[in-house]
Amino acid sequence: MATLQLKHITKSFGETDVIKGVDLEVKDREFVVFVGPSGCGKSTLMRMIAGLESATSGDILIDGQRMNEVGPADRGLAMVFQSYALYPHMTVEDNMGFSMRLAGVPKEKRREKVLEAARILELEPLLDRKPKALSGGQRQRVAIGRAIVRKPSIFLFDEPLSNLDAALRVQMRIELARLHEELDATMIYVTHDQIEAMTMADKIVVLQGGEIEQVGSPMELYHHPRNRFVAGFIGSPKMNFLPVEVVEADAKGVSVTLPGGGVSKVAVDSQGQRAGDALELGIRPEHLVLDDDQGPLTGEIQVLERLGGQTSLYVQMDDLMVTIMADGDVTHRVHDKVRFGFAPGRAHLFDAEGLALPSLEQHPLAGLRRQDSRASDAVGQ
Amino acid sequence: MNKTRTSGRTIGGLRTLSLQAPAVSLLFLWMIVPLAMTVWFSLQRYNLLMPGMTGFAGLENYEYLFTDPALWSAMGTTLLMVSWVLVITVVGGTLLAVLFQQEFMGQGIARVLAISPFFVMPTVSALVWKNMMMHPANGVLSWVAELFGLPAVDWFSSLPLTSIVIIVAWQWLPFALLILLTAMQSLDEDQVEAARMDGAGPIAIFFFITLPHLKRAISVVIMIEMIFLLTIFAEIFVTTSGGPGLATTNLAYLIYIRALLDFDVGLASAGGVIAIILANIVAIFLVRMVAKNLES
Repeated sequence: MATLQLKHITKSFGETDVIKGVDLEVKDREFVVFVGPSGCGKSTLMRMIAGLESATSGDILIDGQRMNEVGPADRGLAMVFQSYALYPHMTVEDNMGFSMRLAGVPKEKRREKVLEAARILELEPLLDRKPKALSGGQRQRVAIGRAIVRKPSIFLFDEPLSNLDAALRVQMRIELARLHEELDATMIYVTHDQIEAMTMADKIVVLQGGEIEQVGSPMELYHHPRNRFVAGFIGSPKMNFLPVEVVEADAKGVSVTLPGGGVSKVAVDSQGQRAGDALELGIRPEHLVLDDDQGPLTGEIQVLERLGGQTSLYVQMDDLMVTIMADGDVTHRVHDKVRFGFAPGRAHLFDAEGLALPSLEQHPLAGLRRQDSRASDAVGQ
Repeated sequence: MNKTRTSGRTIGGLRTLSLQAPAVSLLFLWMIVPLAMTVWFSLQRYNLLMPGMTGFAGLENYEYLFTDPALWSAMGTTLLMVSWVLVITVVGGTLLAVLFQQEFMGQGIARVLAISPFFVMPTVSALVWKNMMMHPANGVLSWVAELFGLPAVDWFSSLPLTSIVIIVAWQWLPFALLILLTAMQSLDEDQVEAARMDGAGPIAIFFFITLPHLKRAISVVIMIEMIFLLTIFAEIFVTTSGGPGLATTNLAYLIYIRALLDFDVGLASAGGVIAIILANIVAIFLVRMVAKNLES
C-alpha cells in the first residue's frame, strides 16, 4: 500500500550535521529497522519521515509523492513514541479516538473504529481507564492502538519497547511481529537493541554518525557485514578482532598469520592485498571452538560466565581479550590455559579502512527474509 | 493501630512527641491567643473614645454589623475584587506562559522583566500607579489618552474599583505566570508531537493538551492568590482610602476603619471574626477542590 523513498536526505542543527546524506528505499509492507548507537541520527531520521523535523536538503517521497512540505498529520503516517505520549487526562478510548475527534468524525463512528482497534490489541476492558491506571505493557498497546485507528500507510515506532521490562519486551516483540502480519502495513522501527532488530526486521538499516553503514536482511548483516562497525554492532556478544598479517593471497582466499604464530586461510576476495599487509581478522565468539589439541590460538581464561546452556569465556591472549561462547558443559576453570581455533569459512577480514574483504561464498541464509522463514516453518510442520 | 501511634511516632526507637511539643505548642499559642482575644473583644463594649462604657455586650456588636449596610457592601467589594483579579491573572498568566515558553531572542531577560512586578512591595507599586500611571494630570495613561485626543480619566474617582483591580492584577500576574511557566516546562514534548501527528493545530493543542496539563497549577494559583487577595489593604489605603464613599472598601479595610478610625475595638473584632469565618468557608471549598485536582 505504501512505499517510502529517501533521496539524499541531510539534516543540520546549526553547524552540526546530524544526517549526512541518506538514501533509502522502503518497499510496501516491509518491516524496516533503523539500528545504531546513541546519537547516530536514527531518531532524527524517523522524525523527518514523520514530519516533526524538516529535512535540510533532499526529498522524502511516500508512494512516489514528495512530502517535504506536507504537515505531519497529512502524510498518512502514525507514530508510536518511546514514552508512549498518551494524553494523561483522556481515557483510553478518547486517546485512541483523538485524531478522529479532531477530524470531526461523529461519535458513533469513532467508537466503532476504536472498538475495532481495541479488539485487535485486546484492550476492550480498559477503554474507560485513564493511562495512569494502566501497566507499562497496556500503555504500550494503547499507543499502538492510537496509531492503528488512523489506518496509516506507514507505522513509525520510536524505540517503543525500551521502557518495558525484559519479559514484557519479548512478549511485545512477538505481538508486534504478529501485528505486522495482521495489518499488512509498512513499518519503520527505530531501536538501539540489535536483538529487536534481528528478530523483527525484514530489512535492517545500520546507521552511524548520520550515515548508513549497511542495509540488508538480518542474516546478510550477520554473515556478510560490510565493514568493521557493522560486524561489531550486530551479534552479541561482540565479534572479536585480532590483528593479523597477510602471508599469501590467491584466488581461493587470503592466508594470514594469527597472533601466536599459526597460519589460517580465510575464503575472501583478496582485493589486491599482498603479503606483509596488516589486516584485522574478525571472528564471532560463537564461532570460536575450544580445541585443546591443535587450536592455533592460545590464552588464559580470565573470567568464566556459566549460563547453563552456554558458557562465555573471556580469554587473555597477550595484550588482547577474546570472548568465546562455548558449550554449557565445558569443565575449564578460571586461569586455565586454553587452545582454540575456528572454521576458516566463519572468519572475516577487514582492511586498514575497516572495510570487509568480500566473502567468496554467499552464506545460504543471507538472502532470507522474515516471511520466508515463517513459510519454511509451516512446511516443516 | 500500633501502640506507638498514640504517644507520637517513633523514629529509630525515639519518641518524637516530646521533641515536637515546644514548637507545636508555640505555634498553637501564637494562633489561639489572638483568636481568643478577638472573639472576646467582639463580645465586649469597647470603644476607645468612650472609656467609661465597658462591659459585656453579648451579640450587640454583631447585630450592629449585620444591620450595617457597610458590611454587605464590603463583602460585595471583596468578592468583586478577588474574582476580577483572579480572572485577569489566571487568563493572562496562562496566555503569557504559553508565549514565554516559545523560543525567542532575549527570552531569559524577558522572563525576569515579566516577573519583576511581584518583587515590588504593594505600597510602592500602588504609589507608582497612583502618581505616575493613573494621575489625571501627569500620569502615563492620561498622556496616552491625550495622544489619541481622548479626555483624561480621573481613575480613582470615576473608576475606583477598576483601578484597584488593575493595580492588584499587575502585581499578581507575575505570580501566576511564574507558577504556570514552571508547569509548562513539565509538559511532555512527546505529547505535543503526538497531538501534531494526530492532526492538532496550535489552538487544538492549547485546549486539548496544554490547558488540561496546567489544570493543577491553575488551581494552586487560584488557592494561593485567593488567600492573599481576601486581605488586600495597602493598595486601597494608599490610593482611594476605601472611597469614594464605600466603593473600594473591602472587609479588611472596613475592619481598619472601625478599629482605627472609629476606635471601636469591639465592632472591629466582630468584623474580624466574620472575616475569619468567611475565609474559612472559602478555604474549605477551595482546599477540597485543589486536593481533588492534585489527586487525579
